[in-house]
Amino acid sequence: MSTTQEVANMKEAPHKPAEHNGRWAGYWHLLGARMRELQREPEVVFWVFVFPLLLAAGLGIAFREKPHDASSIAVVDGAREAANLLQRSPQHDSFKVQTLDEEAAKQGFRLGKYDLVIEPAGDGGFQYRYDPARPESVLARSEADNAIQTASGRKDVVATTTVTSSEPGSRYIDFLIPGLLGMNLMNSGMWGIGFALVDMRQRKLLKRFVGTPMRRGDFLLALLSSRLVLMLIEIGLLLTLGVLAFHMKVLGSLFAILLWGCVGALAFGGIGLLTASRAQKIESVSGLMNLVMMPMWIFSGVFFSYERFPAIIQPAIKALPLTALNDALRASILQGTPIWQQWQRLLVLGLWGGVSFLLALKWFRWT
Amino acid sequence: MIVTAAIQCRDLRKTYDGKVEAVRGLSLEIQPGECFGLLGPNGAGKTTTIEILEGLLQPTSGEVSIFGYNWRENERQMREWLGISLQETRLSEKLTVRETIHLFASFYREPRSSDEVLEELQLTEKADSWVGKLSGGQRQRLAVATALVCNPKILFLDEPTTGLDPQSRRQLWDIIRGFQRNGGTILLTTHYMDEAEKLCDRLAIVDHGQIIAEGSPSDLIERLGGHHVVEFAVGGSDGAELQAWQALPGVESVRESDGLFSLHVKEAHLTIPALLDAIRKQGKALQHLTTRQASLEDVFVRLTGRHLREE
Repeated sequence: MSTTQEVANMKEAPHKPAEHNGRWAGYWHLLGARMRELQREPEVVFWVFVFPLLLAAGLGIAFREKPHDASSIAVVDGAREAANLLQRSPQHDSFKVQTLDEEAAKQGFRLGKYDLVIEPAGDGGFQYRYDPARPESVLARSEADNAIQTASGRKDVVATTTVTSSEPGSRYIDFLIPGLLGMNLMNSGMWGIGFALVDMRQRKLLKRFVGTPMRRGDFLLALLSSRLVLMLIEIGLLLTLGVLAFHMKVLGSLFAILLWGCVGALAFGGIGLLTASRAQKIESVSGLMNLVMMPMWIFSGVFFSYERFPAIIQPAIKALPLTALNDALRASILQGTPIWQQWQRLLVLGLWGGVSFLLALKWFRWT
Repeated sequence: MIVTAAIQCRDLRKTYDGKVEAVRGLSLEIQPGECFGLLGPNGAGKTTTIEILEGLLQPTSGEVSIFGYNWRENERQMREWLGISLQETRLSEKLTVRETIHLFASFYREPRSSDEVLEELQLTEKADSWVGKLSGGQRQRLAVATALVCNPKILFLDEPTTGLDPQSRRQLWDIIRGFQRNGGTILLTTHYMDEAEKLCDRLAIVDHGQIIAEGSPSDLIERLGGHHVVEFAVGGSDGAELQAWQALPGVESVRESDGLFSLHVKEAHLTIPALLDAIRKQGKALQHLTTRQASLEDVFVRLTGRHLREE
């Protein structure tokens, strides 16, 4: 049996403390550990940094501004005169004309080989066969008609002139880079927080951590902070690529862009936290995250403008956090719109992030 | 002066999802400086019990106090006193051993020197290796190191040596004894009876969420196991001789499994000659005879009719 003497000894811990930790020691160590882990994980480096760059570079090259391709036109044997007129017209460079029989012409048109088929019409005129759903077909019809009429001697009534304009800021790559930035912030926020948490829960590491005096808030804060550090690098890399490789013009202040980056990273960090608040297995959280992100990949205007969707769902689209972030990044980067003129977007992101974070704290399962 | 128990719990109960009763009314009192073991088969409720005591699980009912404090009011303070090693924690593989220890040390107000702990657990050589590269025994030592670095008063170890090779087990036992020598209190769970017998000052044998016996290992063996076990088999046995064996001098209990009889006896030198006589009188042939010291396994078998490690 223990004597009181032994109990008295026990009130003293067996060893002299080596150091005294301050209030924030745990936070800094957690953040340091997280950053080291990320840095030692080659997949993370690839998906977070290299992949978006490759995507931007690939799409930027594929959709680079180039003169419109010559329209490919099939002339049916009976309308040979149309081919002659096209050749003689001032715009003859914009056409690739082939003369062939009606069957072959229609077949080629169906397969998308020709944009337009010119057939003979009863009174010596021509009939255009085109597909109103294909922009290049519409264009070919209008250009060919214009050329044929001009070559046949039509006089224009109003004098017009044209100038060309493809300034940085209005090109596809300019649209794309802010969108990729937004999508990347969403992907890495959701995966970086959600996946990491469920992984630690599955490994019982979360349970082990709460067995220590670690402050739980510090743990989550460290996780979010690590996202902010990555965000800085992500934005820096993508913008540098845009500016150096595609001569993008950044009109907004870097400060405003980084601020939007922070807001976006935190909002998606909150959503990631909520998504991962209870899941016990990596498999289940993966499905859940894809479910959450899927609508935003489609609707939030990453690769193409969401204006294409019906007007009736536009308000719903604008309420999505990624839409708000993409719009804000585009406005800030491409137009230099100041933050206070975009308060609705700030509100959307703040609400998503804040409400998710609060719900996550309420539901979060550490064990 | 009244001694404050290091760990005390009264009538702990834990019911999962309203139906599975993992712990069914368990009470314990562990004194400072003691090494106390919860011994029982897998699924007996040991892990649930230890996690309730660690404040990681809420009991359905019952009281827990650590040095007289309870989890509801003093959690943060109590966490400073406890070193915990869970049954199965996979620490981050991409951190080094030293980084892992530093991380855990940073959570405590007054941790020990990490280098000293690494030295003590013979991990100094591995200090800069990634956790992912460690062997099973090294990982388990690291898990214990993360518990010891906080300079705990109480060490909770859940199945600390499961799956380890004999050498790694002995290394861990030495570490645990060292902690106790320095005045620490230990609560460990195990389903290895030799571990319980060698390490623990006192034991509670747990089965189906209840304590079925409690005491020092030697006391338990003496009370419930008999001092010696005589095991034998006879030719032409019809299994009906149990009565005859029970009547032999010094026999405390008799068991039979697969044709092998085990007698738990106080004094083997009295029982064995009588046993041989009895077999001869029955005209049967002795086929097998061994005697050994009784162990905790025998205590468990005696109490439950099952073996500790039955699957």
